[in-house]
Amino acid sequence: MMDASTAGAPVPRERLSLRISDFLFERPRLLILLLLGAPLLWIGVVYVGSLLAMLTQSFFSIDEFTGQVVYEFTFKTYAQLFRPSNLDIIVRTVIMATCVTITGALIAFPIAYYAARYASGRVKALFYIAVMLPLWSSYLVRVYAWKLILANEGVLNWGVEQVGLSPVRDAILALPVIGGASLSFSYIGTFLVFVYLWLPFMILPIQASLERVPLTMIEASGDLGARPRQTFRKVVLPLAIPGVVAGSIFTFSLTLGDYIAPQIVGSSRLFLGQAVYVYQGTAGNLPLAAAFSVVPILVMAVYLVVAKRLGAFNAL
Amino acid sequence: MSRSAVSEAPIDEEESPVADAGAASRREAVRFVGVTRQFGDVRAVDGVDLRVRAGEFFGMLGPSGSGKTTCLRLIAGFEQPNAGHIEIFDEAAEGIPPYRRAVNTVFQDYALFPHMNVLDNVAYGPMIRGVAKAKRHAEAREMLRLVKLEGFETRQPAALSGGQRQRVALARALVNQPKVLLLDEPLGALDLKLREQMQVELKALQRELGITFIFVTHDQGEALSMSDRVAVFDQGRVVQIGTPDEVYERPRTRFVADFVGSANILEPSLCERIGAPTGLWSLRPEKIVLAETGPADAHGAVIVNGVVRNVLYQGATRRLLVDVEGQTLSVVAPATTTAVESGDPVRLRWHANDMFRMIDE
Repeated sequence: MMDASTAGAPVPRERLSLRISDFLFERPRLLILLLLGAPLLWIGVVYVGSLLAMLTQSFFSIDEFTGQVVYEFTFKTYAQLFRPSNLDIIVRTVIMATCVTITGALIAFPIAYYAARYASGRVKALFYIAVMLPLWSSYLVRVYAWKLILANEGVLNWGVEQVGLSPVRDAILALPVIGGASLSFSYIGTFLVFVYLWLPFMILPIQASLERVPLTMIEASGDLGARPRQTFRKVVLPLAIPGVVAGSIFTFSLTLGDYIAPQIVGSSRLFLGQAVYVYQGTAGNLPLAAAFSVVPILVMAVYLVVAKRLGAFNAL
Repeated sequence: MSRSAVSEAPIDEEESPVADAGAASRREAVRFVGVTRQFGDVRAVDGVDLRVRAGEFFGMLGPSGSGKTTCLRLIAGFEQPNAGHIEIFDEAAEGIPPYRRAVNTVFQDYALFPHMNVLDNVAYGPMIRGVAKAKRHAEAREMLRLVKLEGFETRQPAALSGGQRQRVALARALVNQPKVLLLDEPLGALDLKLREQMQVELKALQRELGITFIFVTHDQGEALSMSDRVAVFDQGRVVQIGTPDEVYERPRTRFVADFVGSANILEPSLCERIGAPTGLWSLRPEKIVLAETGPADAHGAVIVNGVVRNVLYQGATRRLLVDVEGQTLSVVAPATTTAVESGDPVRLRWHANDMFRMIDE
C-alpha cells in the first residue's frame, strides 16, 4: 500500500553512526586510508625522514681544520670508518652482538620450548610475568644493578669466594682482551648485561613460533620413525627458525645500537653506539656519527639476506 | 522367531565357540585385551577387547568421545594403556614408542610438514631411516604415482587442495611399508563427491597393497561401505564387532541400531499385538512395505494397520512416518509411492525374520 506521497517523503533520519558505517562500507579504500593515514604519515615523515636526513649527513664531511660540516657529496666520511681505530669499534661491536645473540638464543630456546609445549594455565601466566617483569623497571636501574652485582665487592664475587672459586675467577679475569680488573670492568661483564637485557626479546618470538607448531606434526614425525632428537632437528627447529631469526634481529640490532650498557659496565673501549654518541656530541662530527649509524643498518641487511638465502623464512 | 533364542549375543561374533575354529588360523594384526586408557577421571577407553585380522580393512565407528580415536592412538603409540594388553602382529606394544612401531598414521589434519615440498614430505620416513637421497626420492615418486599425484613433487603443502594433501599424507605413510596403516577420520575434511571417490580409491589401494587398514570414522555410511569389519564404539567400550551387514542387520544393542542407520524400536504393546516375545526388537525402516496390494499372508508375514502422519521427500526415497498402535514407525518407501499422503490409512507388512532382538542394556 505504498503510495507516491510516502515514496517522495524524506528518508527517516537514521542514526549518524549508521550512516557513517554505510558510507565507509561502500568505500573500503577510504576506510583503510583513514586507519593507516596517521601512522603512515608518522612513519613517512618522522621515521623515514629522519633516517634519510641521517643518510644524507653521512655523505657530507667535516673540515678537519675549521670543524665545520662541508655540504658536498663525498665518500670521505665512509672511508674514515676503515681507519684501524674505527674498524676496531665496528668489529668489536659485531663480535659482541654475535656472541650475545647466540648465547641469548641458546638460553631462550629451552625456556620458550617449555613454555610453548608444556606450560599451561597458571604456569604459563607465571612464565609471561617472569619474562616481562624486567621490562617493567627502568633499563638504567637494571644496568646499574648489574654493575653492583658484578663489582669486586658485589654479590657475585662474594658468592664465588664463599664457594672457593676465586682462583677460577682470577684465571678468567686474567684472560687477554675479555678479562679485566673486575667483571664489571670487562667485556665479560658487558656481555652478561647484554644477554640479560635482551633475553625477553629472544624468548617471546621463539615461544610464539613454537606455539604455532601443531602437536600432530611432532606426532607425525615420530610416527614416521623419527626419534625425538631427529624430530627436533628436522621438524621443530626448522619451524622455529623464523622465531629465532626474529629474536636475533632484536638482540643483534639492540646490541649494535646500545651506548649506555657498555659505558656503565665494561672496559673503556668504545662500541658503535658510544662512537655515534661521542662523534655527534662532544666531537661535533655529525657526518662521521651518521656514517657509524649506517653500519648497523648494513649489517642487519646482510644478516637478513643471508638468513633468507639459508631458507630461514621458508616455514613462514 | 528362531533368533529369539539369542538372549546374550556376543559382542564379537568370532568369539562365539562355533565360529572360533575358522578364525584361529588367521593372523591377527592388532589385538586388544581389556585395554583401558584414562584421562584424569574419564575412561576414554574402557576395557576394550579387539582383534583386527591381518590384511583386513577395519573400521572403528562411533560418536565423538566414544574412544575410537584413543584406540587408534594406542595402536600408533601416542598413548599408552593404563591397563590391559596390546599386541601388534603378536608383539607386545606397551612401552614401545611410536618411532619403533611398524605402524603409520594418516592424521585427520594430515600434519604435512610445511617447510618441505611434497616429495620431501613423502621421503621423510626413508630419510629418517638413512636411505640415500636418490633412492628415497625414487621411492617417494613411486608412492606419489600410486596415489595419483605425479607432477606435484615440488609443490609446497600449502599450495595443495584438501584432497591432494590427503593423498600426500597417504603416500607419506605408505612409503614406509607399514604392517598396519591407521587412518584418523580420513575423509572427514573432504566434500561429498571427493569423499565418495576416495572411499573407492582407499578400498582399491588396500586390496592392492594387502596392508591392514584401520580407520576411525563417525560416519556410519563410510564405515559400512569401506570396512571388511566394523567395531562400534560407545562410551569407551566396543558394543559390537562384525561385518557391515551383521552390524546393520543384527544390531546387538539399541545404541547400535540407532547409530548405524536408523531403526524402529518396537514398543511392548506393538510386540504383543503382533505376537512377538517380549524384548527389545529392532526393525529397519526399509524392511517395511506398504501392503495395500500383494499376498496378504505369506509365511512369517506381519501385517499391521496404521495412519500416515507425515511424508518426507528424500529424493530417491520417501520416508513415511506411520502411527501404529500408539507408536510411530518410520518406513522408507520408493519415491514412486506418490499416492500416499498424510492422514491416509495404510497397511504395513514386514517379515518376522527382519525383526532382530537386541540386548537390553
